[in-house]
Amino acid sequence: MTFEPTLVWAIVLLPLLGFVVNGVVALAAPERKIVPTIVGPAVIAISFAIALVNFFGMLRTGPETAVIVPGYTWIPSGSLQVEASLQLDQLSMLMTLIITGVGFLIHLYSVGYMHADKGYARYFAYINLFVFFMLLLVLGSSFPLMFVGWEGVGLCSYLLIGFWYTGKVNADAGKKAFIVNRIGDFGFIVAMLMIFANTGSLSFQSVFAAAPSAFTYGGAVVTAITLFLFLGATGKSAQIPLYVWLPDAMAGPTPVSALIHAATMVTAGVYMVARTGVLFALAPVSMIVVAGIGALTALFAATIGLAQYDIKKVLAYSTVSQLGYMFVGVGVGAYSAGIFHLMTHAFFKALLFLGSGAVIHAMHEALHHTHRDWDAQDMRNMGGLRRYLPITFVTMWVGTLAIAGVWPFAGFFSKDEIIWQVAARAVGPFRGWFTLYWVMALVAALLTAFYMTRLMIMTFHGKSRLPDEERHHLHEVPWVMYVPLVLLAVLSVLGGWINVPAAIGRMPVLGWVPHAEWLHHWLEPVTAAAERIQAANLPALSETAPFGGGEALWALVSFAIAVATIVIASAVISRVEYRPALESAAPAGFRRVLFRKWYVDEIYDALVVRPVIRASRWLWRWIDQGLIDGVLVNGAARLSRMVGWFGSRLQTGQINTYAFAVVLGVIFLFLFVFPRLF
Amino acid sequence: MLTLSLVLAAILFAIGVLGVVIRRNAIILFMCVELMLNAANLAFIALSRAVGIEGQVFVFFVISVAAAEAAVGLAIIISIFRHIETVDIKNFNLLRW
Amino acid sequence: MNVFLEHIHFAGWALHFLIWFPLVGMFGVLLAPEAVSKRLALVVTLVEFIVSIPLWPAFNPATAAFQFATTMPWIRPWGIYYRVGLDGISLFLVLLTTFIMPLTVLGSFRYITKRERTFYAMMLLLETGIVGVFVALDLFLFFMFWEVMLVPMYFIIGIWGGERRVYAAIKFFLYTTFGSLLMLVAILYMVFKFHALTGEYSFAYLDLLQVPLTYREQIWLFLAFGLAFAIKVPLFPFHTWLPDAHVEAPTPGSVILAAVLLKMGGYGFLRFLLPFFPQASTAPLLVGIVLAFGLAGIIYTAWVAAVQPDAKKLIAYTSVAHMGFVVLGIFALTVQGLQGAMIVMLSHGASTGAMFLLLGMLYERRHTREIAAFGGLAAVMPLFATVFVITALASIGLPGTSGFVGEFLSLIGTFLTHPWVALIGASGVIFAAYYMLPMVQRIWFNALDKPENQTLPDLSRREIVVLAPLVAAMIWIGVYPKPFLDATQTSIEELLTTVEQRRIAPPPMIGLDAPPAARAGRLVVARQP
Repeated sequence: MTFEPTLVWAIVLLPLLGFVVNGVVALAAPERKIVPTIVGPAVIAISFAIALVNFFGMLRTGPETAVIVPGYTWIPSGSLQVEASLQLDQLSMLMTLIITGVGFLIHLYSVGYMHADKGYARYFAYINLFVFFMLLLVLGSSFPLMFVGWEGVGLCSYLLIGFWYTGKVNADAGKKAFIVNRIGDFGFIVAMLMIFANTGSLSFQSVFAAAPSAFTYGGAVVTAITLFLFLGATGKSAQIPLYVWLPDAMAGPTPVSALIHAATMVTAGVYMVARTGVLFALAPVSMIVVAGIGALTALFAATIGLAQYDIKKVLAYSTVSQLGYMFVGVGVGAYSAGIFHLMTHAFFKALLFLGSGAVIHAMHEALHHTHRDWDAQDMRNMGGLRRYLPITFVTMWVGTLAIAGVWPFAGFFSKDEIIWQVAARAVGPFRGWFTLYWVMALVAALLTAFYMTRLMIMTFHGKSRLPDEERHHLHEVPWVMYVPLVLLAVLSVLGGWINVPAAIGRMPVLGWVPHAEWLHHWLEPVTAAAERIQAANLPALSETAPFGGGEALWALVSFAIAVATIVIASAVISRVEYRPALESAAPAGFRRVLFRKWYVDEIYDALVVRPVIRASRWLWRWIDQGLIDGVLVNGAARLSRMVGWFGSRLQTGQINTYAFAVVLGVIFLFLFVFPRLF
Repeated sequence: MLTLSLVLAAILFAIGVLGVVIRRNAIILFMCVELMLNAANLAFIALSRAVGIEGQVFVFFVISVAAAEAAVGLAIIISIFRHIETVDIKNFNLLRW
Repeated sequence: MNVFLEHIHFAGWALHFLIWFPLVGMFGVLLAPEAVSKRLALVVTLVEFIVSIPLWPAFNPATAAFQFATTMPWIRPWGIYYRVGLDGISLFLVLLTTFIMPLTVLGSFRYITKRERTFYAMMLLLETGIVGVFVALDLFLFFMFWEVMLVPMYFIIGIWGGERRVYAAIKFFLYTTFGSLLMLVAILYMVFKFHALTGEYSFAYLDLLQVPLTYREQIWLFLAFGLAFAIKVPLFPFHTWLPDAHVEAPTPGSVILAAVLLKMGGYGFLRFLLPFFPQASTAPLLVGIVLAFGLAGIIYTAWVAAVQPDAKKLIAYTSVAHMGFVVLGIFALTVQGLQGAMIVMLSHGASTGAMFLLLGMLYERRHTREIAAFGGLAAVMPLFATVFVITALASIGLPGTSGFVGEFLSLIGTFLTHPWVALIGASGVIFAAYYMLPMVQRIWFNALDKPENQTLPDLSRREIVVLAPLVAAMIWIGVYPKPFLDATQTSIEELLTTVEQRRIAPPPMIGLDAPPAARAGRLVVARQP
């Protein structure tokens, strides 16, 4: 039985239709909120439904190869033929489900969150457009088409971060995101150029088919290509050194943070590495770099997350950190583990962001009543919110347990899988590196549990730090907002059960969840080629971790670490006396370094941003206006004017002078010219 | 005889040139120009004896051109005089750079 | 359609009409009363555009020969004929010209308030010159149109321009003339060389293409021609006339200058420089210098653009950056590179043309172009902001817009022959964001804090009519560039073959001893079946 795709183009184009409709409404009649309310979520829902149809079709038939859904020839130029066609395989199918599924919930939530906003229709236009580009990114069948989505989501991110554009901070954050992303896009473009020059094609299927013969294993070319691709990924997926835009991106509306800056867009880099797994598998050095950057980012961002007071900033750094995990997963070649964490992260991080959105919404409404000039996002102003937001409270704890890696929540399975995959690869030539990454990942897991517990305690537990007038304006969010929370909470529990490692499945109690390694098998048709290359060139996976112990033991250990950290952290943080933000002293000592994010923004500013601007000014003033225009162009004009001036001095206007010149000329003729002529 | 005539013509011409270069009164200048033309006429006449009749024909041309020139030139000088009430060419410098 | 065109002998008169109709229109405008002159000019340019549309369906993309071609004797003793024709390279440049013109005329209805009749007459004269340049197949004719077009542009900048308009106009005129005079010398050199070899004079493009030149001659002639086109493009470091001209020119002047006039430089590279001097065009040192200049254009002018306080000057500098991609693509000498250069030219015509129109509309409202004078305008002019942002994104090459297709092809083409150049050139995508986004932010976003900005009206219906076709073009070329690429493919492949063959073995003087009449007939006239 062969797999027949159903209306795949419709999945992609429906959100575009939504964008057009909402965009027209936004420009023509922005006060008509009914149209975006219906159209915005509906197009995503229909897309999701069509995606489900395709998913079940795929599940039933289990196609071994990708299905290409033809469109039209986009860029035909000589030997370069770029088709605008879609590629439906297990990986893009899964991504489509995540994007449309989580996307739909977030659209629904947005109906509540944005209901009072003047730019309601514009918001839905942008976010529909985002879903369109994101789907194009994952479904595109070639690098250029993926790049359309890649830059398109960056554009939407830019527009949505700067959604409240009259605030300079928001507009600045949007601009920063776009420019930093473009640095990554530069890498992507260069990689495409190199791929085309070496394989003669840009469509995934032909490139991956040609790759093993076109590139030598570990060769310089394929290493350069993959490193450039990864540069693209660090931009889009906020990895060191280009992660700096993501925390600032929290200036956008919170559902945007949930959809774009947590669940979908920022994972595009992970998807890309998984998609181009064949190339990465051919470049072991690149894989070490990818995994290394991932591990470093996971650890580094987690340390910053420890000291932030803005609830969204904590989650932002948490996202950066979790993305690091995913890169560790795909970097070591465990593509299904990376994608698995991508999926569970989409569930629980969307949940956490939407939960924080609910908190901010409630805080904002309360503060709005009294016009008190307090930051609605600063956790020091919160505390004790569990009494006012019970549903948010419970669901956010689910998310916290999930991200911290507590059994049986989703994060336990996915994060543990990645950590184990690193350990299992600590054999052969790269043993040292992988051991290091493994330790870093474990430490980062501990830090994750810590900062998330801190967030929960500061926000929901203890006494409310809001003054009395505001406190009785606090209330739970409406149903359109908490229904998505509940659904995502359910997914944050169940989502992990689709890929329970076999080692855990065999354990008592912990193994009571069904479907061992389903996702791994599901993705096998996509990852097989890359895994074959790895198997042929790298030593077999180890059965034990670097310091002894098998998968099951280390799963238990990390579970224990997570639980212990949560327990200890809650005890410690509950005892800290927080004061409202305006009354608190600035953090001091090392905490200050963390609070100021290791001063990375300041360093970039001093080393890159300001020198470039200064150099630009200098070039303009001294080279363009000074040298080229001043000295050369206008200099030539001045020179000719000067020569003319000297010549003109002879024109005295006195007939005598002219006559004298004539006489001199005649004498000259008689003395020197005529004697020679005759 | 021919040599003497040509020397005379040359002297007349030199006087004319000198006058044009040195003098500042427009009328004098004008007369000096006439002097030069007539020096040329003298040379033509003198040479026509040796060479042929064409020289004399040329003299008529020169005379008529000189007459036309005198008419136009004097008219210009008069109109300049009407404007700036002098014929001292020191003051005619409209063509200066 | 084609049957109908055949029936009216479209191929026979189309190009003559396109060249001379604006000139006829010019006299019409001059005779008409001041009040109707703008409407008459609009009608003339619209008719011109409508007549030019069938060129595309009637154009046969399968042949590289010149189509719609005709030859008429003009100054026969000197071999100067009135020869015109169209191939895949010039087709879209002609269409771009006729497409931009009516929009520009419509866009200047409110901007031009003094001496309207003269202004619109100049615009029509300009159109004659530009179309002539793109279709002329006789170098004398070409040179004549090349110079003719300078005159109206000189007056447009010098009469209707800003404060330093005279300075800018003279700079524009002298700079361009300086380059074109060297080109004239080079043309004459080739004509006399042709004469020396055959005993006949000819200015025909196809004849001069046959002139065998030594490597040394090629280098010198390359420099002479190249300078003329490099100034026109403009290529760094010959670009400084452009910011001045753009800033001082009235909106329509800037639009035409950016959208069409600059393309004449790129067209010159493609039409003359490469096929005439293939050995020079592939000499590593010369190509290296040109590519280095192109790269400098992409990066250096992007940096300079980023710190301009005047929005119009900023966009002027970005033109140089875009043209850097054109130069890269052309001298890559690959199909992708040349097609990329073509698409960049078209895309730049639409996006930068629209950008100047938008800035002009902003100027009509606020009488300033100082970026710092704006801020938060999106709140009062949402539609204006939308169009502006789309245009800005097309300009910086966002995928899905025309800019991306062009830049991407140009980079791919360059990478195949000069990988490092393409690698450095690709960084242009970063710097494009670096110049464009801060400007967009400072005009449209941030707080709406200046009182004079708070009551500005959004786009009027006329302005929407002007901008909509341009926005549509940007998205069309971005989403479905195939028709454009298909129509140019054959001509570009033929050009590359010519260059390659003549680089290796310059042709012997075959057939040049034939009488001129026979040679004139050698112009391949491809008519529609």
